[in-house]
Amino acid sequence: MNLELSDEQIFLRDAAKDALSRTNTVEAARATLDGGERPDLWPTAVEAGWTGLLVSEEHGGAGLGAFDAMLVMQEVGRRIAGIELLGHLPASALLDAAGHESVQEVAAGTRRAAFVGAQPPGDLDDGWTVDAVNGMVRAPAPAFDGSVVTGEAAWVVDAPGADLFVVVALQDGAPVAVVVEDAQVEEAVRYDPTRRLGHVRFDGAAGTALAVDAAQIERAWYLAQALLAAESVGAVETCLQMAVQYAKERFTFGRPIGSYQAVKHGLVEIMRRGENAKSLLYYAGWAYESGQDEFPLAASAARSAGGDALDYAARENIAVHGGIGATWEHDAPLFFRRAQLSRRLLGGAGAATDRVAGEVLRGGDPGGAQADQRAAAAATAVDA
Amino acid sequence: MDLNDTPEQAAYRQQVRAWLEEHKAEAPVLEGPDALPEDEVVPARRAWQRKLAEAGLAGATWPKEYGGQGLGPIEQVIISQEIGRAGVPGILDVIGVGMLGPTIIAHGTEEQKSRYLGPMLHGDEVWCQLFSEPAAGSDLAGIQTRAKRDDGGFRLTGQKVWTTNAQFSAYGLILARTDADVPKHKGLTMFVLPMDAEGVTVRGLRQISGEAEFNEVFLDDVQLDDDMVVGGVGNGWGTALTTLMFERVTIGFGSEGMGYRPQRFADAIASDEAASRDGEVRQRLGHVATELLAVRFTSYRMLSALQQGQIPGPEAGLSKITTVNAAIAGCDLVADAIGPDALREDVDNPIGYHTSFLPGLKSAGGTEEILRNTIGERVLGLPPEPRLDKGIPFSELRAKEKEAAAR
Repeated sequence: MNLELSDEQIFLRDAAKDALSRTNTVEAARATLDGGERPDLWPTAVEAGWTGLLVSEEHGGAGLGAFDAMLVMQEVGRRIAGIELLGHLPASALLDAAGHESVQEVAAGTRRAAFVGAQPPGDLDDGWTVDAVNGMVRAPAPAFDGSVVTGEAAWVVDAPGADLFVVVALQDGAPVAVVVEDAQVEEAVRYDPTRRLGHVRFDGAAGTALAVDAAQIERAWYLAQALLAAESVGAVETCLQMAVQYAKERFTFGRPIGSYQAVKHGLVEIMRRGENAKSLLYYAGWAYESGQDEFPLAASAARSAGGDALDYAARENIAVHGGIGATWEHDAPLFFRRAQLSRRLLGGAGAATDRVAGEVLRGGDPGGAQADQRAAAAATAVDA
Repeated sequence: MDLNDTPEQAAYRQQVRAWLEEHKAEAPVLEGPDALPEDEVVPARRAWQRKLAEAGLAGATWPKEYGGQGLGPIEQVIISQEIGRAGVPGILDVIGVGMLGPTIIAHGTEEQKSRYLGPMLHGDEVWCQLFSEPAAGSDLAGIQTRAKRDDGGFRLTGQKVWTTNAQFSAYGLILARTDADVPKHKGLTMFVLPMDAEGVTVRGLRQISGEAEFNEVFLDDVQLDDDMVVGGVGNGWGTALTTLMFERVTIGFGSEGMGYRPQRFADAIASDEAASRDGEVRQRLGHVATELLAVRFTSYRMLSALQQGQIPGPEAGLSKITTVNAAIAGCDLVADAIGPDALREDVDNPIGYHTSFLPGLKSAGGTEEILRNTIGERVLGLPPEPRLDKGIPFSELRAKEKEAAAR
């Protein structure tokens, strides 16, 4: 068993750290909030080869795994970089699986794809649904009649400016993944300007169905959940670092505030939640490749833990900094904004938590025997 | 990523499985209608430990020269998993083989190693850990049990508590104070204590559940020879830290080892159709399951690090915090959903038992607060709180504490 990163994975992670450090993405987030232009980081993704990360080598990609993509997403989250991978990567995986004609360009990043995913049916919600513009009621996924797509989806991640959309639509009640170029996108910046969101509408838009099945479509949804979880884990680590640094430097009553148990325990709680979420990324990474029956459970657990961890970390970071942490000039609120919006995207963190419950209620956690069997082996994994 | 066995691990697993398959009929039955009568359990489990040891399935990570197999942590985990799969009990003396034996291997004399390790491994002599006291748990270095110099040895007087297995142990590893005139960490010494020595009294300590899982151990002028000192006079703190490090390894494997799997709580909820469709119940269950799954994968990460030769740090304690709190939340959820019936204290209703067991577990192996302090200071590098006891002889400490309290 070896969950240590392989040399290739360490290289991928360090290269991502390095590439993203060339732009002050945190400063850019504030500037964007002040009405400035968001920096275009897509060329960085293209140059680094992240756009084709999940596309097989035969289709011009790097042929890497979901865990590798999560390593990159952790770095993206660490610097709250506005980079359109969360929308692009799940779409690229479906295009690759179907061998669609666009896949080479998508892998190369000359065309940017956006995933208009639908949440698979659950115990309490029996249809394939998309996020609604507002309210608790989820909207039905768009419809596909074999040639055109009709319908809408709100708060679609990375939709503005996308060259093509991979839309999960319903044809005779069954999910199909359809490639569409012609969509009306209303840009909807909300709370965290590092995210490009859009309400997407298809008015009888011509589309071609991809040769993928319902299981693959479901897998793409949970891949997006896992990538979002990874991004959150990266952001948690930055919050922890900021808060710990300040707790060592700031004195009250003649002592650094980090020496007080109340503060210290809160910081350890950030670490506890962050490490838990990080461990679940390994589960999701493994399940995506080798334990597909468990992938909905693993990705949902990662999403739930990642969302909670970042929510806690972002608040605690502000609290440890005191009033200054709640000012416009400070970086802490930018991570708080990231946390707040992230929890509500892609079905919301609550839906992920519900899915975890649904899976374990069905006995979907092999917990006992199977997990035990594999436990010992987990570690050689990456190199093997 | 692939969590499957490597070919070598798979072969080892096969070997372990085959042995267990062949011998599982000889294992003592602890539950169900065929369960052994209570007074036969300990002898039967000792005999079973002997068989496991002879097959190389106890103390697998111990060096070969002391009766172990010289294997790595992964093989140890494979053994535990296969024992679980076979549905048979593991070794009786987890504390001895997992924590105290390795301490003797690290700090003991050659005579001690050859005298004690073999019978410990084979279950012939069960061991207990005599560290905590009524007034010293989190602040372990504050123990008051005195070991006074005597002709050719020491005389011990004091009281220990939370001592698992003391009622049937042959030996204990005991931490005592040999010098009260130096700061508290410096005047400690570790000893081997024969539990049948004159002046040793063991008394069961019943807990919330009504069961006595722990004991109090009283020491009244107990005579110990010099050759019972482990790791040198005055080096007791360093020796104790070794034991605590091995304790972390044991605890780090967290919920799995303690049997707190998500399914335990999910099955209880699934038995009630309305509960399993209730949004709030599902949110709570989803959180409990997420935390317990995270502990499982954290333990795999830790195992990988161990395999690479890294020593587990205090952050392993996070798994214990997560496990205990998630299990408490799980029991609470089941009782909220099912009602008073979930609190039945029958053998067939583990939720009732765990509801009683968990509040105490919060303090076992380090309280949550002390674990968070340690992790905050050692891992995050946060400054410690100012303390009263730094550099002060133990004998003056009580007066200082009284003075502070009177202020």
